[in-house]
Amino acid sequence: MAEPWEEQSEGTVKKFMFVNRKAPYGTIYALESLEVVLITAAFDQDVSLVFTDDGVFQIKKGQSTAGIGMKNFSPTYRALEGYDIEKLYVDKESLDARGLTAADLIVDVEILSRQQLADLMNEQDVVMSF
Amino acid sequence: MAMLHTVNKSPFERVSLDSCISMAQKGSSVLLIEDGVYAALKGTTVSDKVSKAMDGITFYVLGPDLAARGMTEDRIISGIKVVDYAGFVDLTTKHENFQAWL
Amino acid sequence: MKFGILINEGPFTHQAADSAYQFAKAAIAGGHEIFRVFFYHDGVNNASDYSVPPQDDRNVTDNWVKLAEANKIDMVVCIAAAQRRGLLDANEAQRQGKRGDNIAPVFRISGLGQLVEAGIECDRLLTFGD
Repeated sequence: MAEPWEEQSEGTVKKFMFVNRKAPYGTIYALESLEVVLITAAFDQDVSLVFTDDGVFQIKKGQSTAGIGMKNFSPTYRALEGYDIEKLYVDKESLDARGLTAADLIVDVEILSRQQLADLMNEQDVVMSF
Repeated sequence: MAMLHTVNKSPFERVSLDSCISMAQKGSSVLLIEDGVYAALKGTTVSDKVSKAMDGITFYVLGPDLAARGMTEDRIISGIKVVDYAGFVDLTTKHENFQAWL
Repeated sequence: MKFGILINEGPFTHQAADSAYQFAKAAIAGGHEIFRVFFYHDGVNNASDYSVPPQDDRNVTDNWVKLAEANKIDMVVCIAAAQRRGLLDANEAQRQGKRGDNIAPVFRISGLGQLVEAGIECDRLLTFGD
C-alpha cells in the first residue's frame, strides 16, 4: 500500500529548517515536530534542525520518563542519522544560558553562534518552528 | 535575500522577540502580530531594545491587533510601520522566506 | 503567489487560527492562491463539526468551511494529531469502533506528507501557532 508521503512532488529538493524552541514533555510540540522532521526526510528534502531557546532541553542526555507516564522520545534524536538527517545545530547562547555543554547532549551537534544560525536560516526555502 | 519574521508573543512574557532580533539578519523585516504588538509601544522597558534593532531591521506592526488591544498609532515607536492584513500578505510576497517566532 | 498555511493551535484558546483566517482572506482578496491549509497539533480542533460557540461569538470552524467552499481550498487535518485528540472522519470512526464522527465538511484527514508537499509546492509556507 502506498504511504501518503510517496505521492511526492517529483525531484524538487528544498531546504527545510526546523527551529525547535520548546522544552519536551511540558508541551507536545517537540514530539510532534520530530514526526514532521522524519516525514520531510522521507521526501528526500534537505533537512536542518536547530535547537535554540528551551529547545536545547529536547536533546538533554539521561531523560527518564517512567515517573510521569509519558513516552521518552529522546532516543529518536539518535536515530535521525539513519534517516540521513545530519545537520543538527545548537545555539551556543541558549546552551550557555541554561548551564549546558555539548557533553550534556544525547547527539553530536554543531554548536553555532546566533549570527551563524541567522546566516543558515536565511539560506532556507522553508522554515518551520514548533 | 531577505526574510520576514513574525513575533506573536508579548516581550514582557517570553523571549521570542529577543531570539528573533538576534537571529534576524540586517535587511530583514519583523512584523509584530497578536500579543507581539506590545513590543511596538514607546516608553516601555523594551522600547530601547526595539529602537536599537531598527538599525538594520525594518519593523512593522499589525494595525488590527493594535486596535483590538486599545492601542493607537501615537503610542508606537516612530519608524515602525502599521500594516493591515493585506499589508501582511504583501510583506510575505516581498520577502524570500518566512519564520514565525512563537 | 501560492501560499501554504500551517495552523498549530485550536480555535478560541489562541488567536492563531483567527490570524491565519484573516491572512487567508486577505491573500485571496489580493489575488493569491491558498494551495492548502494544514492543521497540526491542537490545530486539528479547528475541524470539529461539534463546535457550538455562543451566538455573539465568531464560529471559527464555520468560517473555515465557508472560506474553503467559496475558494476551493484544500483543508487537511493531520491524521495522527487528530486521532490523539479525538477527531475522526466517518471511515476512521468506523474502523476504530467509535460511536460517531466529528470532522466538518471540507476538511479531509491525511498524513504529514501533505504538509511537506505544501512546503515543496508553495512559494511561501506560513506558520500560525503559539
